[in-house]
Amino acid sequence: MSLVEAALVTIVAASTPLLLAAIGELVVERSGVLNLGVEGMMVMGAVAGFAAAYTVGSATLGIVAAVVTGIAMSLLFAFLTQILAANQVATGLALTLFGLGLSGLVGEPFTGLPGVKLERIEIPLLSDLPIVGSAFFAQDVLVYASFILTIATAFVLSRTKTGLVIRAVGINHHSAHALGYKVIAVRCACIAFGGACAGLAGAHLSLAYTTQWIESMTAGRGWIALALVVFATWVPGRVLVGAYLFGAVWIMGLYAQGLGAGIPPQLLSSLPYLATIVALVLISGDRILAKANTPACLGQAFVPDR
Amino acid sequence: MRLILEKRPERSRWMPFLSPLLAIGLTLVVGGILFAARGLDPLHALYVYFVEPVTTWWSIEELIVKTAPLVLIGVGLAICFKANIWNIGAEGQLTAGAIAGAAIPILLPGWESPMVLPLMILCGIAGGIAWAAIPAFFRHRFGASEILTSLMLVYVALYLLDWLVRGPWRDPHGYNFPHSVSFESWQLLPTLGDGRVHAGALIALLVVFTLFIMMSKTLKGFEIRISGEAPKASGFGGFSRPRTLWFCFILAGGLAGLAGICEVAGPIGQLQPSISPGYGFTAIIVAFLGRLNPVGVLLAGIALGISYLGGEAAQIELTGVSDKTARVFQGMLLFFILACDTLILYRLRWIGTGLATTTPKRGQA
Repeated sequence: MSLVEAALVTIVAASTPLLLAAIGELVVERSGVLNLGVEGMMVMGAVAGFAAAYTVGSATLGIVAAVVTGIAMSLLFAFLTQILAANQVATGLALTLFGLGLSGLVGEPFTGLPGVKLERIEIPLLSDLPIVGSAFFAQDVLVYASFILTIATAFVLSRTKTGLVIRAVGINHHSAHALGYKVIAVRCACIAFGGACAGLAGAHLSLAYTTQWIESMTAGRGWIALALVVFATWVPGRVLVGAYLFGAVWIMGLYAQGLGAGIPPQLLSSLPYLATIVALVLISGDRILAKANTPACLGQAFVPDR
Repeated sequence: MRLILEKRPERSRWMPFLSPLLAIGLTLVVGGILFAARGLDPLHALYVYFVEPVTTWWSIEELIVKTAPLVLIGVGLAICFKANIWNIGAEGQLTAGAIAGAAIPILLPGWESPMVLPLMILCGIAGGIAWAAIPAFFRHRFGASEILTSLMLVYVALYLLDWLVRGPWRDPHGYNFPHSVSFESWQLLPTLGDGRVHAGALIALLVVFTLFIMMSKTLKGFEIRISGEAPKASGFGGFSRPRTLWFCFILAGGLAGLAGICEVAGPIGQLQPSISPGYGFTAIIVAFLGRLNPVGVLLAGIALGISYLGGEAAQIELTGVSDKTARVFQGMLLFFILACDTLILYRLRWIGTGLATTTPKRGQA
């Protein structure tokens, strides 16, 4: 395996959690809800996935546990913001703080234990392709899931009636309500989808990217996923590109640390966060691009007047 | 039968005061259930957790030490949130303040003068302001979300601190341990008697009082409130949104920086890789529990301070309870407070499916 191939394999592995979480959050935001709890749902998915896989010895069950946990966390958010009309920014922050705290507590007995690794599945023929074969077609099931989810999300949002309803609810919830669509139900479903995706992202971290549980191991990836959605101007295809750019930045930092070269490792470790700020500034600075797909009702509570 | 939200004709008068108490009560009930599920006597566990920390003078001192930074940061954040400005990077601003303030004793260790401590505090405030100015500038100039940029800068600040204490600022006689030189007596905040309570607590009280007056009695306070509650009206009234943005970030950043330097020049006494057990994030909960009101923040700061101390006490006294429980309680508390706050504007009402026609419907009567 050449160096380029090896680098590509790690970049794909580093990008997958970002892509999964960002795709989920994109759907949530398209329905007009801002869930800042991605980090909390992701870290809970990571610990639940690890714990279930370790206890039962099956990575598949770990994935299921992570998804269920992600959905459970997101429904907590849905209950507060959709049923009780609580402030979405504050509730999202609460979800993140709660998730980081609870995962630390739940994960304490699992710290330092060897985990179960998600197996790689080689796709016949395609995995033999030069350079891209091993990176894209000899990966674990979550990597393939991230591709499928991206394509499916892009298709559903732009080509189906379901997608049209989601976008309508996000652009003008009063009109959507007047047309007879159940705004709250649509939003709750989108929030649950976002939770499932964040759970998958967490599972990839603790079952594939590394096979151990470390407290707060998401290290801001949930927040970067949120930034990616803005960076991608709410378009699934651009989320894919963005996630891979950020994954590349992450891996570049690791490689540069390996080479030494006198650069402080802390500077290299902060590269993804600095890159996020730069990306946000660049995209927000372009008002036309930034406003083009922004859901008009993003972050606003909706209480139906019966 | 189903439960629905019904808008109150006007804001509830009592819920703003009841809701934090209700939230604390619910947290205690759920906490008790969780302790019971672990096979502990819930009442004893809650006593160890929330009452014991305030029964001895030693632990009350410790409580004041923990509360001071929470209150300092919390009031700044409360004013930001009041203006609908979401600075959630206080942890980074605290770190930047600690670094900037600690630069004086580390770079000029021999300079002994009564000027040193005030200068350290000023540098600490300036460090926090500088760190907070970055998201404010990006928000003002480019419209970049301050939520994400301020949070990203937390990681950057923590890595910067880590680099400094492991690299250029490491104590040369510290046996390679990652920390700076220990500060000398003239570089440390004065303490109350021989105890651990330092001048930071007094500063926090002064800040709370000043900001309470500002928010309730001055035009600036009105400008901040109106800017958050009715941005359009505020614009028509001639208040500038960017000015509020800058004011809030500078205020909150400066206070977080002040909390940072008070920590390193107070209980810690040197720069080390970890200088805060998440005060900057817990202060978000403090701000909400305190109803975004400076005096409320003071009371909320004490409540959250107890949760930190209780976590430590519980780890020692209760079998199988980790100090990580504290963060779960804190997160849970924020959920409950947000849920209870709904009752300020809405009330819950059961409507029966069969009786739906007899219940008076608003707007159709």
